[in-house]
Amino acid sequence: MAARSGMSATNRRAYRNGPVLGKIGLDRLMPMHLWVGPTGHILRVGPTLQKLCPGMAIVGRRMTEFLEIRRPRGIQLMPDLLARDGAAAQVLLRHDPQVSLKGLIIALPRDQGAILNLAPGISVTELVQKFDLKNKDFAPNDPTVEMLYLIEAQTAILEESKSLNNRLQVARVAAEEQAFTDTLTGLKNRRALDHLLARVTDGGEGRKFGLMHVDLDYFKSVNDTHGHAAGDHVLQTAARIFVQETRAEDIVARTGGDEFVLVLMNCDNTATLNRIAARIIERLEQPIRFGGATCRISASIGTTVSSLYRNPDAAQLCNDADIALYQSKDRGRACFTLFSPD
Amino acid sequence: MHGLVNRSVQSFISDNHGTDVWTGICRDAGIGFDQFEPMLTYESEIIESVLGAACARLKRNRAGLLEDIGTYLVTRPDLDAVRRLLRFGGETFGEFLHSLDDLRDRATLALPGLDFPELELREHTHGNYTLIYRWEQRGFGALALGILRAMADDYGALVFLDHTPGRDDTGDVDQVSIRLLDSDFAQAREFTLGQGR
Repeated sequence: MAARSGMSATNRRAYRNGPVLGKIGLDRLMPMHLWVGPTGHILRVGPTLQKLCPGMAIVGRRMTEFLEIRRPRGIQLMPDLLARDGAAAQVLLRHDPQVSLKGLIIALPRDQGAILNLAPGISVTELVQKFDLKNKDFAPNDPTVEMLYLIEAQTAILEESKSLNNRLQVARVAAEEQAFTDTLTGLKNRRALDHLLARVTDGGEGRKFGLMHVDLDYFKSVNDTHGHAAGDHVLQTAARIFVQETRAEDIVARTGGDEFVLVLMNCDNTATLNRIAARIIERLEQPIRFGGATCRISASIGTTVSSLYRNPDAAQLCNDADIALYQSKDRGRACFTLFSPD
Repeated sequence: MHGLVNRSVQSFISDNHGTDVWTGICRDAGIGFDQFEPMLTYESEIIESVLGAACARLKRNRAGLLEDIGTYLVTRPDLDAVRRLLRFGGETFGEFLHSLDDLRDRATLALPGLDFPELELREHTHGNYTLIYRWEQRGFGALALGILRAMADDYGALVFLDHTPGRDDTGDVDQVSIRLLDSDFAQAREFTLGQGR
């Protein structure tokens, strides 16, 4: 702002000379300043900068003995410093090169040398810790203390968030273990099947049912050729076929990657079960399109029925259906076999 | 209500009365769970049900219980964060009191979305203050009183506090009259800017 014509003589004189801070004012405004005289010797050091050099006599030393100016480069003598008036600086303290400070070079008028106003920069947390700096070591309008507050608050919050995430992850795993549904196909999973089969076989001799073990053929080559997304689509399509070919009271479960178990309630008629198995294979062999790809699979099936057992046992039934399934595989896949106890 | 408050109530009751009492209180309150997450937000009705059940089971009045929870928040040795963040307010209890004007801004800067009371300090004569406390959430002024009392101890200051609850149609408007009798009454608890992680 230009001096106004309405100013008093006293104000005009003060304005012409510019403000004179005094040494104490300098300390308060810039607690980390260094005042370097015209000969390059240090005339004054701010109280916080002095705190970073415990017990050290700084005043009277040459500035270049006390610190190394890393940037701007090439400052050796006083005229170099004065020539960089207004430049941002980066310095290291020679006696403790761990301490890296940033600052501003201000050339003073009337041959008074220069002020180097320094600040901790990014290393502030280490400096505060190492030299036990306090609120009053920073100018009240300096946001350093607020920054330390925020860093500490954010660290505490981050820790809390991390432990929340861990707890949620643990809860998720526990929930998945307890789940009864296969998330990909929406069918029952192995756990659910075990529970339901135990209930069905507990019904004693009265309960009639057929149990089918279905294993998709050529599924691996779909995955290998067309990718996992195509594989997932094929599994979902197969699941839909199983659901459509059974009734609501039947159990359809996915028990492994490409393995399924079907329990057909109130049905131990082998002719009916074979008809269902044949239909399932026929439908699975229809080409399944995914994106631009055409996927072809089939299935091998092993079936057993409750009437073969006096006391049907879930593990026994599954095992026998499995034996029948492997007979289907041995017979060249894409077929069904009824378990025979002989 | 931010889960921090709910979680503080949970920790206070579990630590002082045992987890059986805490789970019993949650059952009485009918909230259907007994673990609060400090980083989640809960409906206000939940904390009200819990506090109601806690007062009934522990045979305590709400204000007394909340004041103790406030004190607990600052003095818990395993959770130094609250105490430390408050101590950033100033080097003396007097400076700390003046920093309360900015506490809501500071707190929401650190944790956006935090619902926090508005505080305003009025200094009358030297050492005599009135703290005005405003919050839409009703009935939590005593919690702030407990925090204030514990912070005076933390600074080693001898203070006399008098809490007068009040309300208008926006929520609670409480007054706490504060007489700072001696700011150097006892040894302050250790605090340095750099000791946090």
